[in-house]
Amino acid sequence: MAIASIQVSETPLVLYTLRRADDALILGHRLSEWCGHAPMLEEDMALANMGLDLLGQARELYSYAAKVEGKGNDEDKFAYLRDVRQYRNLLLLEQPNGDFARTMVRQFFYAAFADLYWRAMMKSGDATLAAIAAKSEKESAYHVRHSSEWMVRLGDGTAESHARAQTAIDDLWAFTGEMFEVDGSERALIDSGIAVDPAALRAQWLKTISDVVGEATLTLPKSDWMQQGGRSGRHSEHLGHLLSELQSMQRTFPGATW
Amino acid sequence: MVTAIFTDAELRQRAWDVAADVVDPEIPVLTIADLGVLREVAITDGRVEVAITPTYSGCPAMNMITLEIELALEREGFRDPKVRTVLSPAWTTDWMSEEGRRKLREYGIAPPLAASSRRALFGVQRVACPQCGSEDTEVLSEFGSTSCKALWRCKNCREPFDYFKCH
Repeated sequence: MAIASIQVSETPLVLYTLRRADDALILGHRLSEWCGHAPMLEEDMALANMGLDLLGQARELYSYAAKVEGKGNDEDKFAYLRDVRQYRNLLLLEQPNGDFARTMVRQFFYAAFADLYWRAMMKSGDATLAAIAAKSEKESAYHVRHSSEWMVRLGDGTAESHARAQTAIDDLWAFTGEMFEVDGSERALIDSGIAVDPAALRAQWLKTISDVVGEATLTLPKSDWMQQGGRSGRHSEHLGHLLSELQSMQRTFPGATW
Repeated sequence: MVTAIFTDAELRQRAWDVAADVVDPEIPVLTIADLGVLREVAITDGRVEVAITPTYSGCPAMNMITLEIELALEREGFRDPKVRTVLSPAWTTDWMSEEGRRKLREYGIAPPLAASSRRALFGVQRVACPQCGSEDTEVLSEFGSTSCKALWRCKNCREPFDYFKCH
């Protein structure tokens, strides 16, 4: 028998923290899906390692959101007992792994952003968020380096790898704009020095992306039409499938421990 | 046994020494003091509280280390010890002791290069082979058997080896 979803009191700080926690959990879960399936052993380990970093970041963020909310929720309840519409992650991160090129392009777009974002967040007026940022920043620096190298290797590799990387860029591009979007709830946190304005990071992100994509002999789409909705719970059909796997145990056997 | 005849300062030192001997379950030659994971020991109303800091956000060894510290303290007569995790300041490999670096090398793991700045992370790395000492080495994989390690190979003696990454 299924168990009901929890209610969350989404004050601006709770919502903000859950959004970042959901980003980390969902991308971390996607990376974990590669475990045992990557094209070579070293990459299997690399993807699992990065997934673990993200899972660790998600746990810290969920625990902090639970503390701020103060309603008896915890990291497990946030992860296992919220429905699709209660998830607040970026649409980019829930996109299916596809082939290895698609996973790497998704990773590259996000890691190049997360690295800048966490570095800026180290100056947050919120001591806990600043501390989480200081840890995450070091980890994301490795993620950027890893995915940048793969971008060049795939783009400047064979005709096949080039074509797959270019297709992935073209398909995922429309999901990158959401990283820089800010709503009213978040604007107040930015104004009070708790959060940073992601729009201010866009030029630097674009430069990092353009340099690597250029070196990889790939091209960025000209279109600036961007899809959004994840931050307010409007997701693609893929997230429901991901959550049904992620949550199946706790939904089927509520409160199970081992 | 701990009794009231000890001062808080003596108890604190004793608790520190006990906690400092706990080893990393994944690299058992290193103690948590060598790693710089042990941050603080305090005695409040006769109860010991130990603060540790995670190496990586998702390091699975942290749960194990927490349990090991509690068990070690209880064995020494500290009742109901508490272990808490602190995130700030963020752990860095620069906190690893010289003793820790030496032990790592002898164990066959190349210690992290000193001064783990972003420049060191993205610049040219010269990692010496822990077996033969040669700097003619190459990276095989950025990510190794645990979060904190990368996989390298020595081109001189042909041995693969783990490198404890700068962080």
